[in-house]
Amino acid sequence: MHPREHPEPVLRTRVFDDADLRRALTRIAHEIVERNHGPSDVVLVGLYTRGVALAQRLAAAIASFEGREPVVGTLDVSFYRDDIGLRPIAPVGPTEVPDIAGKVAVLVDDVLFTGRTARAALDALLELGRPRAVQLAVLVDRGHRELPIRADYVGKNLPTRVSEDVRVRLAEVDGGEEGVELWGVPE
Amino acid sequence: MKHLLSVDDLGPRAEIEKMLDLTESFVAVQRREIPKVPALRGKVVVSLFYEDSTRTRVSFETAAKRLSADAMVFTVSSSSVKKGESLLDTVQTIEAMGIDAIVMRHSASGAPHRVAEWTSASVINAGDGRHEHPTQALLDAFTLRRHRGPSLDGCRIAIVGDVKHSRVARSDVKMFQALGCELTLVGPPTLMPERLDGWPVTVSHDLDDVLPDVDVIYLLRIQRERIGEALFPSIREYADRWGLSAARVERCKPDMLVMHPGPMNRGIEIAGDVADSTRSLVTEQVTNGVAVRMAVLWTLLGSGGDFV
Repeated sequence: MHPREHPEPVLRTRVFDDADLRRALTRIAHEIVERNHGPSDVVLVGLYTRGVALAQRLAAAIASFEGREPVVGTLDVSFYRDDIGLRPIAPVGPTEVPDIAGKVAVLVDDVLFTGRTARAALDALLELGRPRAVQLAVLVDRGHRELPIRADYVGKNLPTRVSEDVRVRLAEVDGGEEGVELWGVPE
Repeated sequence: MKHLLSVDDLGPRAEIEKMLDLTESFVAVQRREIPKVPALRGKVVVSLFYEDSTRTRVSFETAAKRLSADAMVFTVSSSSVKKGESLLDTVQTIEAMGIDAIVMRHSASGAPHRVAEWTSASVINAGDGRHEHPTQALLDAFTLRRHRGPSLDGCRIAIVGDVKHSRVARSDVKMFQALGCELTLVGPPTLMPERLDGWPVTVSHDLDDVLPDVDVIYLLRIQRERIGEALFPSIREYADRWGLSAARVERCKPDMLVMHPGPMNRGIEIAGDVADSTRSLVTEQVTNGVAVRMAVLWTLLGSGGDFV
């Protein structure tokens, strides 16, 4: 057999199973409420695609222990990206952000990597209103930032190589078994 | 897609529907307090109009500006074209300034196709002669889909008026046919195309015959200069036989919708009451025109589709 020029990536580590995922989100939900002295001023803004599902889960978790569900919005950052024209980009879903003036907007995404999506999200969000503060919640921070951006809430700090791939699977988006996996091409 | 010269460039039905879906994103942008996104910053879009058209030109310029592109106007009437410059020289001059797209209207069918061969910029046909007007067809389909969609399968549309000289009709027939609509062309025999070129349409010369059956009546603008060509006897007779009056609307389905590409000749192809009624989508067509053109500019200049 000839050596393959582009070897298939393989599963390296199963970082989270469904229970780990649930626990991480529960902790983040508590941290958001603690830091903001309750959920009343908090607006959770999910970034498409998986950030939207995560924002809804965080809202449900907060409702379960605070008895009050924070408002949830959705944000599509396609038209704000800095790599327009460099790769195929298509909007994913409707941006629906409630009134954020004077509120604390918590951007929610699955993976924080270069920080460029978060930068685009900041620009997109600030055109929709003037929040009192913007915070960032991510399920996985995999490092390799290219911009001065950090997360306020992190489910898991995961050291990775740039060539590796962090795959988050959520039932609402991907179906099947939930979890977080690290994939990479064998050396 | 590099250029949009014809409805054919949009591809098969699934691709057309993708463009209509994309348009929804831009309708949402338009509804914001700041109806603008930075998507096409640094891109230059030039309007090159060899025929007068305020609405289409302004619609494209608004679309470009809402995407943060720089919108330039090459005004033909006051430019070197009046001094005898050829189309090729004009295009090369504009291109030498460094531009990304040319939005072009020309009285000669096929002119934008020639320009597309000469330039590395994207060319968008904003109406060429009697040939095509693809963004009009897109905005018509988008507007109708919002009322009758998502699928337009089996939607019965009568296109009424001067089909023969109408680029809107030509593009709309292609568009609506691709989306599964059933089309009837209505008007005096002198204003029907001599050949139907395999268009899957039926033809009727009697508007009253088709009224009860159709879901949409699409009225074309009657160009008064055609009277001089003796293609119909008088404006009055045209209005009597093919104009959509309130009395005719009474005989239509209760949910029949009325469309018109504008500018309207009230009292000729469309009665004022009908144009202002709740059945009329005319204003919505104009509003959606900007969103559709944003979707087209984004697809050509921003989506990165060529890198796939």
